[in-house]
Amino acid sequence: MGWLKETFTSSIGRKLIMSITGLFLIGFLLTHLSGNLLLFIQDQGVAFNEYSKFMSTSPIIRVLEVVLVAGFLFHIVDGIMLSIKNKKSRPVGYKKRSGSESSFFSKFMPQTGLFIFIYLIIHINSFTIKHRVVEPGNLDFYGTVSDAFRYGWGGFYWAFYVLAMVLLAFHLNHGFQSAFQSLGLNHKKYSPIIKTLGSLYSIVVPAAFAAIPVYFRFFYTA
Amino acid sequence: MKLTLEVWRQKNSEDKGKFETYTLDNANEHMSFLEMLDVLNEKLTKEGKDPVAFSHDCREGICGSCGCVINGRPHGPDEEVATCQLHMRKFEDGQKITIEPWRAKGFPVLKDLVVDRSAFDRIMHAGGFITVSTGSAVDANLMPIPKAIADEAFSAANCIGCGACVAACKNASAMLFVAAKVSHLALLPQGQAEKTERVKKMVKAMDQEGFGNCTNTGACEAECPKSISIRHIARMNREYLSASIASE
Repeated sequence: MGWLKETFTSSIGRKLIMSITGLFLIGFLLTHLSGNLLLFIQDQGVAFNEYSKFMSTSPIIRVLEVVLVAGFLFHIVDGIMLSIKNKKSRPVGYKKRSGSESSFFSKFMPQTGLFIFIYLIIHINSFTIKHRVVEPGNLDFYGTVSDAFRYGWGGFYWAFYVLAMVLLAFHLNHGFQSAFQSLGLNHKKYSPIIKTLGSLYSIVVPAAFAAIPVYFRFFYTA
Repeated sequence: MKLTLEVWRQKNSEDKGKFETYTLDNANEHMSFLEMLDVLNEKLTKEGKDPVAFSHDCREGICGSCGCVINGRPHGPDEEVATCQLHMRKFEDGQKITIEPWRAKGFPVLKDLVVDRSAFDRIMHAGGFITVSTGSAVDANLMPIPKAIADEAFSAANCIGCGACVAACKNASAMLFVAAKVSHLALLPQGQAEKTERVKKMVKAMDQEGFGNCTNTGACEAECPKSISIRHIARMNREYLSASIASE
């Protein structure tokens, strides 16, 4: 069993954890978005409430939730440990840094990651905790969403969400293709396709998420 | 050419070090960067000051001895050259040039611009070699190697071990160097005997030297004087994961 510890505490093993959990979370974003798109159906929230009720009561979803939380935790904890190690690897910095070097989005992964983590806590508190802990009997999930984006934070809750999605887009733009590189999947034929797919994904998915608060704030009529 | 040089001065590895500013009136655009430093040192010596220590050997970009961060870029503003191949024509008359050593925990500063790169030697000792039968040399081209594979191996073998990849990386990671060595030998038939053990041992040695981790930013390949691609890092990841997880 020594090989397990050696592999996953090595630099490349840690990259493997980042990339596997990252790809898992990328997949989760798609399923989450597909459910959220029900918010755009013009039925005053019937479909979305039905879906949300299933999501909060189904035992299968409960089990998957544990896996999801584990995915987040591994990604976050591993990311923090790597960032600390990386900071320590250059105790004395440069006086002058010039920027021909790397791709823009790749430079701020710990920072965008940290912001997304703060966003995540606020997001879970606004919706999951509200319906599971604070008001367990409240089944009007649609009402909670529309109220939050129309009135929350003195009318600025929606803007926080849009900002979070912009930073998520930055994080995904590097993260998507980086996950493949870490797995050793760099190929003359396929890497350009992966990069294009990653760029598209990092724009389309956060934009679709961001459309929700924008819709409720500016286009929704009760 | 008139130049203002801001140079990192550090007496030894214990010294804290600081920047000193010098002016140089008699540089010209035909000089190499190291020749310009030679002129500066001549001036400092005549003034009874300690000359600036810097590493160099072949001065034609093949030995990997030289290297410093010039105006924020490892090996300076030119593309695909080591510091010794950089020419002063790449600078403007009257320009201020900031010269710093490689900065990394794995490369402690010994004096001024000279860093201790023996970490790279230790990584090589861990597995950067092949075993061969001694005796008379075999005929050239006895072992058929497809051109594409030979080219790819050669693109990794171009690495001169200068350490610019570590200096450029925001995490001071040595992955491009180690990947170049692993990739070069893993591609060729001569490297097959130690293939799985080599990558594990070299990565372990790299981790022990205190280099940071790779976050796939690509800064290393942008500054590498030999344009070594991060494709080789992907190959090393692949080699490592299959050696650790898939092999018996």
